[in-house]
Amino acid sequence: MTSGPPASSLIAEATNPIIRWEWVVEEWDQVWEAIVEHLTLTMMAMALGLVVSSILAAIALRHRWAMTPITATTSLIYTLPSVALFALLAPVWGNLSRWTAVVPLAGYTLLILVTNIVAGFQAVPPSVRDAADGMGMSRARRVRTVDLPLAVPYIVTGIRIATVSTVGLVTVAAIIGQGGLGRLIFSGLRRAFWTPMTVGASLSIVLALLLDAVILMIGLWLAPWQRRRRAARS
Amino acid sequence: MAEAEISIRLTGVTKEFDGATGAAVDDLSLDIERGTIMALLGPSGCGKTTTLRMINRLIEPTSGTIEIEGVDVMSQSAQELRRGIGYVIQQVGLFPHRTIAGNIATVPTMLGWEKSRTAERVEELTTLVGLDHEMLQRYPDELSGGQQQRVGVARALAADPPVLLMDEPFGAVDPIVRGRLQDELLDLQDKVSKTIVLVTHDVDEALRVADRIALMNVGGVIEQLATPDELMRAPANDFVESFVGEDRGLRRLALNAVSALRFHQGPVVDQAAGYDDAERAIAIEGTDWLGITIDGRFAGWTRVDDVRAARADGTPLADVERFDPIAQVEPSSTLRAAMELIMSSNSSVAVINDGGRFGGVVTLEDIRRALSSDDIEAAHGTI
Repeated sequence: MTSGPPASSLIAEATNPIIRWEWVVEEWDQVWEAIVEHLTLTMMAMALGLVVSSILAAIALRHRWAMTPITATTSLIYTLPSVALFALLAPVWGNLSRWTAVVPLAGYTLLILVTNIVAGFQAVPPSVRDAADGMGMSRARRVRTVDLPLAVPYIVTGIRIATVSTVGLVTVAAIIGQGGLGRLIFSGLRRAFWTPMTVGASLSIVLALLLDAVILMIGLWLAPWQRRRRAARS
Repeated sequence: MAEAEISIRLTGVTKEFDGATGAAVDDLSLDIERGTIMALLGPSGCGKTTTLRMINRLIEPTSGTIEIEGVDVMSQSAQELRRGIGYVIQQVGLFPHRTIAGNIATVPTMLGWEKSRTAERVEELTTLVGLDHEMLQRYPDELSGGQQQRVGVARALAADPPVLLMDEPFGAVDPIVRGRLQDELLDLQDKVSKTIVLVTHDVDEALRVADRIALMNVGGVIEQLATPDELMRAPANDFVESFVGEDRGLRRLALNAVSALRFHQGPVVDQAAGYDDAERAIAIEGTDWLGITIDGRFAGWTRVDDVRAARADGTPLADVERFDPIAQVEPSSTLRAAMELIMSSNSSVAVINDGGRFGGVVTLEDIRRALSSDDIEAAHGTI
């Protein structure tokens, strides 16, 4: 058997396929850990993002003038390139805790979430508010029992978009040593070994689709009147 | 009007909006009798909606007082006040995320009623406004505009408030549904006897549903406060005259029922009557036709020439050729409907069919006389 460049590259191809299932089986613990890590980072970022954007949206809804600076700031954060931001934050933060990843990830959700929450409350028909006020509903009660439920479909839409984009961004956090499935992708890249890359990339796509579907279902469950409306239209 | 009959009293009420030139409502005083429907009628910008919204304090008056059942509206919290006043608006404003039952139960829930009492009340109101009970578990978007408006009325009546405020309540539905909802409101009012203040820019609507109309001009100035019939018969000034339109004579006809006229027999005899009676009836009325009744029912018209020829032949009156009456009205028909029927049947008389029995006749001359007189009783509400 003679060895030459074409043959060795063939061997390399043979030993480095797009996916090698034995690796997946052998390294399942590591894969599972990456999935859990990815989910945890996504959920923490979303939770933090929701808290902050709810506060910002409440301010924007109460004070009209605040909407412009809030939109400007959250837009600015949104335009920052994620790789650059993580790269900059790593030395600044020093200690590469999970929060080093979560805080910027949450920052990226703000624009989408604030915009959708504000849009949801603004979409409450004025006649509905007038009727609520005219029947003697207090402001607090109206916000809680009328405005908020009616804003839910918009808010859920915002959460879906933000979640899907966060799942994607989490992979980038791998450059600071966090990032769940992103770590698999990066380690594969470093070693020119396709399998972890394929597994990391495809699982992050599956995760994004899965979360999107789950949130969609939760949204429909929270807004049964919309469900019926859809059914009536079709 | 006796003091005790006043439900809502506005005294010197003025509303000035910031930055607006002139008051939206300037020194308005108005008494609204308990259990009646008062229409605030006028062009847009006349302050009618502002006036309405000051009654439940969605707008606070700049000065003046508003009392409901003798109690100043400012003496309690706005929310407390509003829970005791029904409120219906043009876009209905149903809560899209609550079922019909949930919508109707809004005020009882706020008032902390027990669930069973609320549920009972919801059922009762559903029947009252003529809604299908199946609809209670649906959402507002699944209902037609007319059905939504009925739910709006049911919701406003939920806690049985003595006063109902309605802001252009039927403005968003098509004319046919509007007419039906107006009739339903009158039927409902017969049962519940609320004090209703209804804002509208539609003269016909005001004429059709109101007991009294306050016709307002810019600045909340009341140009005329009158019953619908008075408003049509005697407009107080040029503004009123131009606002109610040139066809107010016809509109007045639509406000009054045939029953408001003094019925008269006309040239009509029973078939058993003799020819002498027939000749007498013909002579009195001076007509060339004669009506025949059988057992109290109108059987048809005969020609006087045929009657006389039959008499000469010795044929009984009952056998003279009869023609079916084309124009037939009921006592509750409007004078306008009676006139239309008479005109379109190319005759000058309509037979009044009173529950199957002959009730008399109404002629164009009767209608003309009624229009020129001041005292056709306003029969609206029974129409």
